[in-house]
Amino acid sequence: MKKVFTRPRSLKDIPTHYCPGCTHGIVHRLVAEVIDELEIFDRTIGVAPVGCSVFAYNYFDCDMFQASHGRAPAVATGIKRVLPDRVVFTYQGDGDLAAIGTGEIVHAAARGEKFTVIFINNAIYAMTGGQMAPTTLLGQKTTTTPYGRDKDINGYPVKISEMLSVLDGTAYVARVSVHDPAHVIKARKAIKRAFEVQLAGLGFSLVEVLSACPTNWGLSPAEALKWLAENMIPYYPLGEYKKPAEVG
Amino acid sequence: MAKVLMKGNEAIGEGAVRAGCRYFFGYPITPQSELPHYLAKRLPEVGGVYLQSESETAAINMVYGAAGAGARVMTSSSGPGISLMQEGISYLAGAELPCVIVNMIRGGPGLGNIAPAQSDYFQATRGGGHGDYRVIVLAPASVQEIIDLMRLAFDLADRYRNPVMVAGDGILGQMMEPVELGEEEDVQIPPRPWAATGRMGGEKKLINSLYIVPEELEQHNLKLARKYALIASKEQRWEEYRLDGARLVLVAFGTVARICKAVVDRCREEGLAVGLIRPITLWPYPQKAFEPLMGKVDSFLVVEMSLGQMVEDVRLAVNGRHPVHFYGRCGGMLPVAADVVQEVKKLYGGEGN
Ligand SMILES: Cc1ncc(C[n+]2csc(CCOP(=O)(O)OP(=O)(O)O)c2C)c(N)n1
Ligand code: SF4
Ligand SMILES: [Mg+2]
Repeated sequence: MKKVFTRPRSLKDIPTHYCPGCTHGIVHRLVAEVIDELEIFDRTIGVAPVGCSVFAYNYFDCDMFQASHGRAPAVATGIKRVLPDRVVFTYQGDGDLAAIGTGEIVHAAARGEKFTVIFINNAIYAMTGGQMAPTTLLGQKTTTTPYGRDKDINGYPVKISEMLSVLDGTAYVARVSVHDPAHVIKARKAIKRAFEVQLAGLGFSLVEVLSACPTNWGLSPAEALKWLAENMIPYYPLGEYKKPAEVG
Repeated sequence: MAKVLMKGNEAIGEGAVRAGCRYFFGYPITPQSELPHYLAKRLPEVGGVYLQSESETAAINMVYGAAGAGARVMTSSSGPGISLMQEGISYLAGAELPCVIVNMIRGGPGLGNIAPAQSDYFQATRGGGHGDYRVIVLAPASVQEIIDLMRLAFDLADRYRNPVMVAGDGILGQMMEPVELGEEEDVQIPPRPWAATGRMGGEKKLINSLYIVPEELEQHNLKLARKYALIASKEQRWEEYRLDGARLVLVAFGTVARICKAVVDRCREEGLAVGLIRPITLWPYPQKAFEPLMGKVDSFLVVEMSLGQMVEDVRLAVNGRHPVHFYGRCGGMLPVAADVVQEVKKLYGGEGN
């Protein structure tokens, strides 16, 4: 009998700590499937952030680093400069990448560092208890915006894909979502392209994944996916913001 | 081999290259700029990488990545930049990664100034960042000693899998002196089975400082403590100068120790039995240097370019057995030999000694 669905080699066979309905797990799986498919498992090094996905270093079975909050792109820079023939990726949340680590991500992108960033935009600081993230939508209630995010107090949500795509160092930038199967398949394609861009040595690649946090959004898993589709996608349009001619 | 004339900052660069260091990440700051200038030229010549980072925060995290990937790597900065690096140094210590961090200390606090100082002593010797950890700290006092200590710095970092700081000051960095470079060795970097370089068919490796279970973090902390105790017992280094029959012993490191040697000579000419202990390792502090003097001297005079930081370590080493006095200049001012001689004369044979 042919096995049509198995655990990717690049993921460990252990339970994760993610809440029911959390989409971190789906994205882990997509990254692992791509690593398997491109047959790069043995030479891949991942960098885990500080955030709900900190234990990604336990879930991915390749060599891993744990980085300080926001600094994964600097850590990845150090790794890739020492080992240019390895495949390096960071996995970062929106607090990690778009607030405390803004300097590191912008300059890694500007330098055209040849690694891949998986950027989880769940519009919240999940790990620390649902505080406002730089990506929190206007009007969205969080534990630190109990009356809803107000532009006059907190300014506007940060659009990372749009910002980074104007830098000459970026070779591939896409925003995807994982709120339904059709979008999961598209997300997988984008993640694969991002790794292919790295393998081709074309420059910096980043995939922003709109992701659900039912726990801190105070919604059921199903409601959370619906909220994502109805509220996040209009503000964070999906698509490939930058791609080299070489990858179709 | 013939001697060559070199600036201290350049000697740090050349010493690092000769120690097998091939990666430098840093952000510009005075008074260490000749070092990045030197390495920006020199590292590409030997197939290495010089990369100017967007901040010291980024620089130290690049060091974390490069060290975890198995490289001999260094960064360099001064006061404000070293403060920005502290979180990263704490992570490096927690993850037990070898690296070398140069601090050409300038005046503080805040932006302070760019003149020489020793006021980062506490920060360097007490860990500096958060958590229970230690960084090995070496304090050269001449350009020749820089060359020798750079090799030692990388070797100690590897031997103990620990960050090593080289602490100097602006004078040492700018000073030009003839140095003996010796033959360029083909340095064999010790194997790093723990490095995360991609599995390449082997076991999974993890570079990490997170131990979420308290029992596990305590075990990790105790393991680090055993390592620090081993370093403290084996790696204390110091220089003794004219300690024979000394009644009053000066204690000073780096540039100030050179001034104090002149003070010792002048005092000896005048018949005063004065000597000097020059710590070379600031951590571990050379406590062993003080033991043989206990009961044989009258007092100690610690001279620093700060308001008095190392003096606390001397008091710990002497442990109340003799008076420990302090003389310091700060803000970028140097202690003048004649003033220190005056201070010695005030104390020498006086009351309370
Ligand atoms: C220097 C520092 N500041 C703050 C924190 C606390 N902290 C841990 S995770 C986190 C936010 C993570 O949010 P995000 O990156 O969006 O990841 P998520 O949990 O949402 O996946 C913060 C502020 C820290 N660990 N280090
Ligand atoms: S708190 Fe949110 S982001 Fe974190 S694991 Fe739970 S659902 Fe996922
Ligand atoms: Mg988040």
